[in-house]
Formats: sequence, structure tokens, C-alpha cells
Amino acid sequence: MKVMFRLLMITLALSGCASGPNADSRDPLEPFNRSVYQFNDTVDRAVLKPVATVYRDAVPSLVRRGVNNFFGNLEDAWSFVNNTLQLKGQAAGDSLVRFGVNTFLGLGGVLDIASEMAIEKHTKDFGHTLGYWGVKPGPYLMLPLLGPSTLRDAVGRTVDSQGDIVAGLQDIPTRNTLTVVRAVDTRANLLKATAMLDELALDKYTFTRDAYLQRRRSAIYDGNPPEETVEDTAPVQVDVVQKPTDALNTTGLPGDEKVKP
Amino acid sequence: MNRRYLSRLLALLLVSVSTLLVLPVSAADEPADVLIKRLSTEVLDNIRNDKAIQAGDVSRIVELVDARIMPNVNFKRMTASAVGPAWRQATPEQQKRLQEEFKILLVRTYAGALSQVSDQTIAIKPVRIAPDDKDVVVRTEVKGRGDPIQLDYKLEKTPGEGAGWKIYNLNVLGVWLVETYRSQFAQEINAKGLSGLIVTLTDRNKANAKKG
Repeated sequence: MKVMFRLLMITLALSGCASGPNADSRDPLEPFNRSVYQFNDTVDRAVLKPVATVYRDAVPSLVRRGVNNFFGNLEDAWSFVNNTLQLKGQAAGDSLVRFGVNTFLGLGGVLDIASEMAIEKHTKDFGHTLGYWGVKPGPYLMLPLLGPSTLRDAVGRTVDSQGDIVAGLQDIPTRNTLTVVRAVDTRANLLKATAMLDELALDKYTFTRDAYLQRRRSAIYDGNPPEETVEDTAPVQVDVVQKPTDALNTTGLPGDEKVKP
Repeated sequence: MNRRYLSRLLALLLVSVSTLLVLPVSAADEPADVLIKRLSTEVLDNIRNDKAIQAGDVSRIVELVDARIMPNVNFKRMTASAVGPAWRQATPEQQKRLQEEFKILLVRTYAGALSQVSDQTIAIKPVRIAPDDKDVVVRTEVKGRGDPIQLDYKLEKTPGEGAGWKIYNLNVLGVWLVETYRSQFAQEINAKGLSGLIVTLTDRNKANAKKG
């Protein structure tokens, strides 16, 4: 938490720092973010990824599935809160039922019975809730150890951690153990994805950023966001890098951004 | 953690492009949503029944892509759109090379992930398509464990020969494929020019191929 606030302070202090020829208006802190990305990548290669790899190779998949379900169940509880805050009745109901079913019939969440019963998962965090109520994402932020975010989503995370059952545990050893296991579980689930990222991305930083920002925006609109306007993207003017379709439209490739009403 | 979005995105990119894999060519008057529904179902079935694809056999997948997918995708438009304004300055030869290398980059990567497809089902969300629509978005969801996976397609209706709907963009978990490459391509072009982008793509494909 304190780290987060300090980070936000640094971020604000740095806003307005210069950016290169590829400047993206949504990412005014790119030079700073890139150095954090470098740091994260180094830590990942030295510690997280090796540990997650050993975990994947040494622990039977049934056990790993159970661990993943357990943390997914805690996530459903928090999704219930956020879906409620967004007045999404169906999604809130599903989340609550999922949490109830898996907690009481699924051995405390180790078994995902609710998915077998085809009750949908609707993951929502507080960043989504802020976005739902109209808070703009603000500048893109690469958080130390936590990865991609935005000013809004970083604030959301501080609230998420308040609502996090693991973080709220009184017993310190249990809390620390669960925190570490969750981190390893998360990273282990990402092993295939990061291997693919290595192959797919020309620039991992940019790929991650562009995917993250699109994904978050889409999730806030439940997968059906309106077309982006200049106002949505950023306060800064939009240059040709952001809107290449305009140029394309004149060359016989019309309609990339058009969606039927 | 936020990075899990990325992981899901990538995993689903795979499923999605795999979805494109088994597109039959006969689809002249079929509505766009019916086309997507049929293709999705066929693709999932196909992957489940194909041991070679499940094992990540790249050559087998490339074969499938060329035979089935490409006739149903306007890949030129996808590449042009990802390359941006610089596309106009590209020679026909450069445009051809860009399409080839971009395709290899995507196909190779998807090959590795097709093995993940198991018991998913596809649900098509209702869309209203007027008979004279030339450009539509078809929204689907892949349902399995966990959150349903959003998988949307932009299609355009092409007149004349090889008529029918052609896919020109793909959205996995809220992320449009073409848009995700735009900034990266623009970065390369600004730094090294169009030929530089082609070299970068070619080198990347060679490096990926070496990894096996």
C-alpha cells in the first residue's frame, strides 16, 4: 500500500517528462515505465519464473488445479462486491452463488463445482468499478512487481487489497504462505503465455501495454465498448501513430473502425 | 494480478486463430453469424480429433491455414491495417513479404497453443445484421472453465468472385489483433523503415523456428 502511494507520487512528479518519437498519448511516462518493466523482467527471470517452473514440474496437476480453484474462489467473493457496486444483478448473483457453492460443496473452493454447474464467472475488480462509474484510466503505469496498470487501476488495487481475504488474515505465517503460494500459482499459469509473448511480440513492453489498455477498457464495457474518441484515449492530441486508419481510409481500406449501430 | 489478462489473452488468441483454421471455402450466401458459428464448431471438433495439431505440428497447421483459413480472411487488409500509413509507400513486393512474414509469425505461435483446446463450447451472441450490411461484428464466447472467453470477429462482405464474408480483424478478450500490432509496427518503421520491419519480422520468425 505504502509502496503504491509512493509510486503514485513519483508518477505524478514525473508526468510531463519528455517522450520519444513513438510517444503514445496514453503512456506519457513511457521512459519511466520501461525502466520499471526492465526491473520486473529481471526479477522475473531471476526468481519468479524459475520457481514457477519448478512448481509446475514438481507438483501434480490435480493439486495445482485445486490451488488455482482456491484462489479463484476468493476472487469470486470480491467479484460479487464489485458486480454489486456496478449494479450488475445477474453477475453479482452468479458470483455469490459460485462462492457459496464452491466454498461449501467444493471443500472451501478447492473444487470448482460451480463451473461444472455452468454458473458463469464474472471477474471484476475495483478498477473496473471505478471505470464503470466514469473514472478515466489516466496515464498507463508499470507497477514494480505487479505489472501493467493505469493510475485508476493502481488506485483500484489499493481498494482490492482491502477486500482481499488473504491480505486480511490475522495469522501472519498463514497470510505470508498464502501470499507466496498465490504468487507462484499466478506465475505458473502464465508460463505458456509468457513463452508465447516472447515469440509474438516485436516489443514486449508495447505489446503488453496495448493489450492491457484495450482489455481493461473492454472489460469495463462488458466486452462491448463504444468506439474510442479522442477524449477517451487521452487529454493529449492524437497523432498519426494512434490513428493510422484515417490515412488508410483514403487508400481503399475503409471502415476499420466502423461498427454498425 | 493484472498479468493474468495477458495470459488469457494469449491463450485465447490461440484458440481463436485455431478457430480460423478449419474454415471451409463454400460460404457465398451464408450470413456472417451463421458462418462464424459453423466455422467455430468445425474448428473445435477438428482440433479435438487431430492428434498432430494437438501435438503442435507446425507444418500441419500451416497447411490447414493455407487451405482453409486464408480463403476466408482478408489478410491483406489485416496486414495493411497493422502497418498503418506506411503501407501506401510499400512496393508490391514489400507488401507481399509483409503479409507472408506476419502470417508466419501468427501461425507459428498459435500452433503451440492449439493443444490447449479441450471441452470448450462456442456461443454466438445475437447480432442484428441487415441484409444490405457490408461490415459486421460477430460476437462469440468460448465457454469452459473460468470466465467465458470473448472472441469477436469483424467481417466484410466481398462482392464478385469468391464472394461471401471475409474476416479482417479478430478480438480476443477485448483485444483486437490488428490494433495490438499497430504501435509495434510503427515503432519499427519509425526507427528502421519499412524494410527494417520486414527484416525484424523475418529474423523473429527464424528465431522462433529454431526453438522448435
